Amino acid sequence: MALLETRRLTAFYGDFQALFGVDVALDAGETVAIIGANGAGKSTLLRSISGVLANGADQVLFEGRPVGALPAPEIVALGIAMVPEGRRLFPSLSVEENLLIGRYGRAVAGAWSLEGVYDLFPILKERRRNPGTALSGGQQQMVAIGRALMSNPRVLLCDEISLGLAPVVIKDIYAAFPRIRAAGASIVIVEQDIGQALKVADRVYCMMEGRITLSGRPSEIGRDDIHAAYFGTKTP
Amino acid sequence: MMWLDTIVQGILLGGLYALFAAGLSLVFGIMRLVNLAHGDLIVLAAFLILVLVTALGLNPFVAALVAIPVMFALGFALQYLVLNRTLGPDILPPLLVTFGLSIVIQNALLERFSADSRRVSAGALETASLQLGPINIGTMPLLTFLSAIAVIVGLNLIFYRTSLGRAFRATSDDRVTAGLMGIRPDRIFAIATGLAMVVVTIAALYLGTRANFDPTIGPARLVYAFEAVIIGGLGSFWGTLAGGIIIGVAQTAGASINPEWQILAGHIAFLLVLLARPRGLFPRAVD
Repeated sequence: MALLETRRLTAFYGDFQALFGVDVALDAGETVAIIGANGAGKSTLLRSISGVLANGADQVLFEGRPVGALPAPEIVALGIAMVPEGRRLFPSLSVEENLLIGRYGRAVAGAWSLEGVYDLFPILKERRRNPGTALSGGQQQMVAIGRALMSNPRVLLCDEISLGLAPVVIKDIYAAFPRIRAAGASIVIVEQDIGQALKVADRVYCMMEGRITLSGRPSEIGRDDIHAAYFGTKTP
Repeated sequence: MMWLDTIVQGILLGGLYALFAAGLSLVFGIMRLVNLAHGDLIVLAAFLILVLVTALGLNPFVAALVAIPVMFALGFALQYLVLNRTLGPDILPPLLVTFGLSIVIQNALLERFSADSRRVSAGALETASLQLGPINIGTMPLLTFLSAIAVIVGLNLIFYRTSLGRAFRATSDDRVTAGLMGIRPDRIFAIATGLAMVVVTIAALYLGTRANFDPTIGPARLVYAFEAVIIGGLGSFWGTLAGGIIIGVAQTAGASINPEWQILAGHIAFLLVLLARPRGLFPRAVD
């Protein structure tokens, strides 16, 4: 049984349907990447899993349990934490307070604590008294990841963590992922940067227009397959 | 010495206005909700204290201690069951609902207690005073002011030193992301309004023991509270205290020139501060 799974997942923004029956699965210990163009439904998928969007209860299963209809705070309590798109740090809170609030809904003992996160991203310890929004983009992304880790999640959802960051900074941030995996979290990454996604993931799903158009292991799928799945065209 | 006395009395009066305003400031700071029934809730709490004092023969301060959990529960329920439904991108529904609530509270109090002026007796404390050099300071005004300071210090500690305070600020910043942290905004808002009602009860204790009150005086108290919050800077508790003091000093100064000018002088001071500092004296950096 998969740790986390969606079954025929549909999602709507008012009358607009964003997902048309999406099936993805995440096994314990695995890292899965979701790639696709803008508007393909990647972020909607993560928002559905994290409880920001409500779905049919049976459309999202966590350890076989239907959780699709639960609101975000209950999803966090189960151990599914999200690094939201655009980082979304709390401007009224310092760096350290931003990290601490990650434990609000799920304060469990585990690999991650303030010391653990500071050890993973030492720069944050130096800047811990600063307002979260006074940091550079890359440092803010570290805070957002650390904040999600503070709940010692079993599943970490990362939405577009490389968005708007310089390549060298992106490399720094992804360098932390082996340690996050080693500490026991299974990871779902939504990425526009295909190269990065293929490097870090055990399996990849490609989305287009609210549907999964391709899935497989990075070693098994070629660039042409991805191109076709991404744009819906066959290259000659 | 006359002027020194006027200023000291004004500062002490400002403590009372800061108490009226602190609950308003708390609720507005966290959920951008303007509670038009705030003044009537103070009057409601004053009647609750009056009932406890007259029916059970309690000391007013003990009665306020008994009233605090009751008012917290009332505030929690009011927010959770009613006001949370009015929050959204449109700012009109909360205004309409709290305006209606103000009328409901006034009329319910009129029905039950009639329009007679009431007062909670604090015994000998009412007329007690301290001689400080050339000035006499009333014990009750001094207690009011010290309570206002204690309330502001307490609210700041909760806001900036506790997990609950972090949740208050995070929810105020970004409700959706707060949900991703496991925070239930509905519950946080209800706790905030409950806490505001605790402050309201403390304000009601001094309102009821220092002056006469009747069911319809709430809105007039609300105006001073609003002015204190606005010139203090939205979301700053110390600013609210400063705002209360400015209005208090302006009122006593106006009254010492001519009693007719008391209320007017307070409003003029409010407008002058707004002219000089449109965002108030201590606006929160993030807004």
